[in-house]
Amino acid sequence: MRLPTIEARSLCKSFGPVRANHNISFSVNAGELLCLFGENGAGKSTLSACLTGLFPPDAGEILFKGEPLRMASAADAIRKGIGLVHQHFVLVPDFTVLENIVIGSEKGFNVQYVEAEKKLRRICDNYGIGIDPNAWVRDLSVGERQWAELLKALYFDADVLILDEPTATLDVENSKKLFRIIDKLKSDGVALILITHFLDEVMQSDRVAVLRQGELVGIRKTAETTPEELTRMMVGRDLEPIIRERTPVGPDRLVLENVTVIGVGQVPDLDNVSLTVRQGEIFGIAGVAGNGQNPLMEVIAGVRTLAKGRISLDGKDIGGLNARVIKDIGLGHIPDDRFVEGLVSEMSIEENLILGDQRGQFASKLFLDFPKMQRNAVQMIREFQISAPSGETKAGDLSGGNAQRVILAREMRLASKVLLANQPTRGLDVGVIEYIHSRLLEKRADGVAVLIASSELEDLLNLCDRIGVLFQGRLMGIVETEKTNLEEIGLLMAGKVKEDAA
Amino acid sequence: MSELLSPDILMSILIAAMGVATVILLAALGELVTERAGIWNMGVEGTMLTGCLIAYFTMVATGSPVIAALAAMAAGLAAGLLIGFMTVALRVDHFVTGLGFNLLASGLTLFWFRSYVGGSKPPSYSTIGKTPIPVLSDIPVIGPILFDQHLLTYAAILSVPFIGYFLRRTTLGLETRAAGENPQFLEAKGLSVSTRQYGALLFGSALTALGGAFLMLAFADQFRPDISGGRGWLAIVAVIAGNWRPVRTMIAVMVFAVLDSVAVHAQGLGVDIPYQFFLMLPYAASILLLVMIGSRSGQPAKLGVPFLKH
Repeated sequence: MRLPTIEARSLCKSFGPVRANHNISFSVNAGELLCLFGENGAGKSTLSACLTGLFPPDAGEILFKGEPLRMASAADAIRKGIGLVHQHFVLVPDFTVLENIVIGSEKGFNVQYVEAEKKLRRICDNYGIGIDPNAWVRDLSVGERQWAELLKALYFDADVLILDEPTATLDVENSKKLFRIIDKLKSDGVALILITHFLDEVMQSDRVAVLRQGELVGIRKTAETTPEELTRMMVGRDLEPIIRERTPVGPDRLVLENVTVIGVGQVPDLDNVSLTVRQGEIFGIAGVAGNGQNPLMEVIAGVRTLAKGRISLDGKDIGGLNARVIKDIGLGHIPDDRFVEGLVSEMSIEENLILGDQRGQFASKLFLDFPKMQRNAVQMIREFQISAPSGETKAGDLSGGNAQRVILAREMRLASKVLLANQPTRGLDVGVIEYIHSRLLEKRADGVAVLIASSELEDLLNLCDRIGVLFQGRLMGIVETEKTNLEEIGLLMAGKVKEDAA
Repeated sequence: MSELLSPDILMSILIAAMGVATVILLAALGELVTERAGIWNMGVEGTMLTGCLIAYFTMVATGSPVIAALAAMAAGLAAGLLIGFMTVALRVDHFVTGLGFNLLASGLTLFWFRSYVGGSKPPSYSTIGKTPIPVLSDIPVIGPILFDQHLLTYAAILSVPFIGYFLRRTTLGLETRAAGENPQFLEAKGLSVSTRQYGALLFGSALTALGGAFLMLAFADQFRPDISGGRGWLAIVAVIAGNWRPVRTMIAVMVFAVLDSVAVHAQGLGVDIPYQFFLMLPYAASILLLVMIGSRSGQPAKLGVPFLKH
């Protein structure tokens, strides 16, 4: 019987109290594509790090062509023929493609650039990758960098190739090209492991191993399973479709009239935008990222300066008020970049949960009320299902989904009248997205005016009562969710003016 | 003032400038390699001063400039090891480490020197001689400036292209640059970042201390406190002004060296401008250079960022 190229037996890896991988066993044969499927934080990246010698596993063993493999470093893995294509590019922008690739492969005093370039060109031709070995990486597009990253692994004639979310930065055309290269690698006898959370990619593999919370839920032959079954395995339960009941809409709550925000150049960041969000309504902002979503949210929250126009909340003018004053009126703001504006990475969950309220209910005179902060954190961790060892865990150590839950927990408490949510589900898994949506709907039911900007049109259509489309800082039109479709919104997003614009 | 412009004095200024340049250039090249590996070594001044003192002691004891230079380099290695331990192993802020080291070196060299002389007149020696290159040194103007100098001056200038070649074309040079640009990348390839950073620091500090030894042996017959007089700082400025490129760094070094040499001559000639004005020139020029050269495109991306392996 043919031995599998690589096999993991009962692999375990913990980081402190966090069990990243527990008792994981699987194997991949030559010419086979195995998919590792799971949510963020399910342990996929840790597993690939163990397989490539970046972390030594705590227990269990890795067999390479039947032989137990002991790796002290990534160099050992590369030497053995186990290549990793990183999720985040590990490239030096100020080096050429060639320089990036030859590091670690050259043994002599001088780098043999001529031979290396020949070999690299041969590989490029073989797999149909058009990239200039002498181009500077800083000049490459994001897609091209992905090819450079792939070439780094191919250059070492790997027997095992692990691809960590390789299509995250590729467009549809390039994703197809990647899968053509994968097919070629398979026919060359390479054992491939693809890490992904895109279902349509999973379905192109030979077998799927599903991970959840560090454990292997099961392995399926792709031909014998369905996307529904895999999702159920990944999330651990059935996803409940969101039921969007019409709740009675109240009077106008948040009103923007001819709001303009000045930009850096000639073009204003926000140009004459007027919209109204009523009590108990979710208003969606659609648009390609960078078309005015951030200025819109920030001008309402009082972070950006209002150049022209009027913003009122329950009839009271709030335009130009200080951000803290606006917050105290009852506005919650989930910012665009959770680790930059939403959280202080170096602070604990406890501390992050009370930021903005440190002079309010969590303070007694000059001092912070620590017992109260602790109680609050314990309660929020339970209520918002934040998975963290304790309230003292640093926010920076949390996964994206859990970090977003911390922000949600804090801002939901503040948002008694208005909740602004800017790309609240970006980069998160279906399970977390579903959770966040349900919390937003709760807020709506409480009569809060919710304004949500998202580049996920399907989500907006599921969630919102009305949707406004931003294009280059202008509101192209407002549509009723029930009377519109993806096509209409798509046209507005591309800058086509709605004829009967409100 | 006009005395400074007479042909003889100009020649003298340029000839002396090559000597001063050697001191700063050795330190600057060492610092350049160190910074390309990602370490902002702010301890150049202290390392140079240490090199001066050790070279002085050894010269007095042995009378051999070669042994004195080697001893200074050994002291430089020790300084590099200490700074490396702080910045690479303990990941202390690079600036804090360097400033602390300079204070330490300044105090310790003074203390050691004082307890060594113990109130008596410090011993002195005769400075080392120049080694003219036959034929070439007879060329008018250029000959005396470029080819009638100390051996170390030739070596320092020749090491400029060598270091350029090392960084660009060799395996170790490529890996050293990667440590400064993206240490994560190096670690992902299974190559140790700390080894390369230690290596660069040891190399750089030894070169800096050699510069100090040269300052000691070629220009002074006895040690005096803070004899390095800010030339270590000029080396750091030269690297920045040179945009982390060897040849451009050398040009910046030459600017400082010529001004330094002008200052020395102005003092000797007794021109009617207070000589302190000339003493200020190299440092004023360093600030001007940094203001004028806005581009820092060559700065390694992860320069001065302590690297945490995970």
